[in-house]
Amino acid sequence: MQHLPILPILIPLLTAALLLLPPFQTMLSRQRWFSGASLLLLVLVSAFGLYESAFGATNFYLLGNWPQPFGIVLVHDRLAAMFVLLTAVLALAAWLFSIGGEDGLGAFYHPLLHFLLMGINGAFLTGDLFNLFVFFEVLLISSYGLLMHSGGKARARAGLHYVLMNLAGSAVFLLALALLYAALGTLNIADMAQKISQLEPSQVPLVKAAAGMLLLVFGLKAAVLPLHFWLPSAYSAATPAVAAMFAVMTKIGVYCLLRVFGTLFAGYDNPLADFGQQMLWLAGLATLLLAAMGVVAAQSLKKLIAYLVLVSVGSLISVLAIGTVPAVAAVLYYCLHSTLIAAALFLLADLIAKQRGTVADRLVSGRPLQQPVLLGSLFILAALAVVGMPPLSGFVGKIWLLQAATDASDKIALWSVVLLSSLLVLIALTRAGSTLFWRLNKQQAGTERCGRAQLVAVFSLLLSSPLLVIFGDAVMQFCLLAAQQLHTPLLLSTTGGH
Amino acid sequence: MMELVMSIVIGVLTACGVLMMLRARTFAVMLGLTMLSYAVNLFIFVSGGLTAGKGAVLGRSDIYSDPLPQALVLTAIVIGFAMTAFLVILAIRARADLGNDHVDGNSGNAQEDSD
Repeated sequence: MQHLPILPILIPLLTAALLLLPPFQTMLSRQRWFSGASLLLLVLVSAFGLYESAFGATNFYLLGNWPQPFGIVLVHDRLAAMFVLLTAVLALAAWLFSIGGEDGLGAFYHPLLHFLLMGINGAFLTGDLFNLFVFFEVLLISSYGLLMHSGGKARARAGLHYVLMNLAGSAVFLLALALLYAALGTLNIADMAQKISQLEPSQVPLVKAAAGMLLLVFGLKAAVLPLHFWLPSAYSAATPAVAAMFAVMTKIGVYCLLRVFGTLFAGYDNPLADFGQQMLWLAGLATLLLAAMGVVAAQSLKKLIAYLVLVSVGSLISVLAIGTVPAVAAVLYYCLHSTLIAAALFLLADLIAKQRGTVADRLVSGRPLQQPVLLGSLFILAALAVVGMPPLSGFVGKIWLLQAATDASDKIALWSVVLLSSLLVLIALTRAGSTLFWRLNKQQAGTERCGRAQLVAVFSLLLSSPLLVIFGDAVMQFCLLAAQQLHTPLLLSTTGGH
Repeated sequence: MMELVMSIVIGVLTACGVLMMLRARTFAVMLGLTMLSYAVNLFIFVSGGLTAGKGAVLGRSDIYSDPLPQALVLTAIVIGFAMTAFLVILAIRARADLGNDHVDGNSGNAQEDSD
């Protein structure tokens, strides 16, 4: 399968384009099934890609068969394959949830979902920095549309912030690219890494400035501390399936930090080695603390979950800054866990809100739920996973994150901040759960019950948590190998063309 | 000389863009972003080196200018244009939904916003 690397980009692109054409354009039911079939195919292709990548070879796919570094190249290695599969699984769950009626609330839900997937997969697979910018724009413009799906005041307000922040971010990204091109004469990541190690001292400040700007842009995507203000309102305003899909968006920032700062600016003879590490470490820890306080202070369940996303970003960024192979592997494992569980929580919050009538997801006393036992047990499962209690994947993930710190001073900082934030999250979730399920007023329960497809979507996302523990050994081995592969310098291969 | 003029132009455009973006009204912010993207486009354009009299087409001249920044800037212009168009629509929509053109969606009058 030599064309395997490009399929996760082509499948959503063609699907989205077809969905806009006559046989599907006006018929929501046809759109649903075609979209679902395409997502299923995407999951299968991504799973096969993961299987191929497990053999360890980095697969360069030369678009148009232009030799490197002149043409655009896709890089399919363990790291990329893993994130592509994660995205595909998440999209399938979001699709399953949305066919309960959410997709009909506004136009173009399914085409936008597939364009978003094309952008995300492209960002994961590309080996060219300018191409990364283009795929960022593809995924951003689709996410703008999805965020505004079904309209309303709160979405317009959050959407405006989100779009403005990202447009400013794109301008900074372009400035960084132009600087890097002026200094290095190439935008191919593997080629740039080689050029940087032989950089003239006079050029180093230019490249450093560009690296600082890239740090800013990826920090904005990942929502690290001073750049996180757009996230809570945007994620809590989005419709549930969209919010679930957005759970992977912050991880794109984390992925780019890993890819660009792991490959481009790392290396022993690199003048920029360890650039920004201290900043990321402090920003990550501060994000973690602040987000945990946000979780405690949140007045609605969706806001609370949005802050939980920030908590995971904080833990990921601070451990990522440590930068050793075990640390990166722990980050990858925690990425899998936190994305899937955050998505499950967003979907679950909607199911709970629907049965509470007018108070919706606000954390005040409301009418009893129609299915309290079912939703309550799902909520407990999700809460246990997200807090990091045994026996679910949050526990394994957090232990692994904590083990990544090796210095005594790092250990003190990381352990105290992570454990303190976990305690705050535990308190907040306990309080939220008891308010939602036990603080009832005298009203009768409503009649609305959960749709079967929606329950299956939540359940399958939650199931990933025990699965990540049961197959923990294999997943960890894979994460370790992926981290090692990231740390071995990418060699330009002019052979292996297609 | 050319370098000086170019850097002044880019600098002034960037400064104006940033200043406009810090305003609290959507229209001003939009203009600011547009100016900033012009500055960025010029910056990409000159990243291949600033020289006069080099050929853009193979075979017409002995020395060639770097074609890649031109391709990059073309992409950036197209994307920037589309994003600006989207932003205009979004700003109009937000103005209609929220009743004012403040970027935070409130008019600055606390009493009016509380309802």
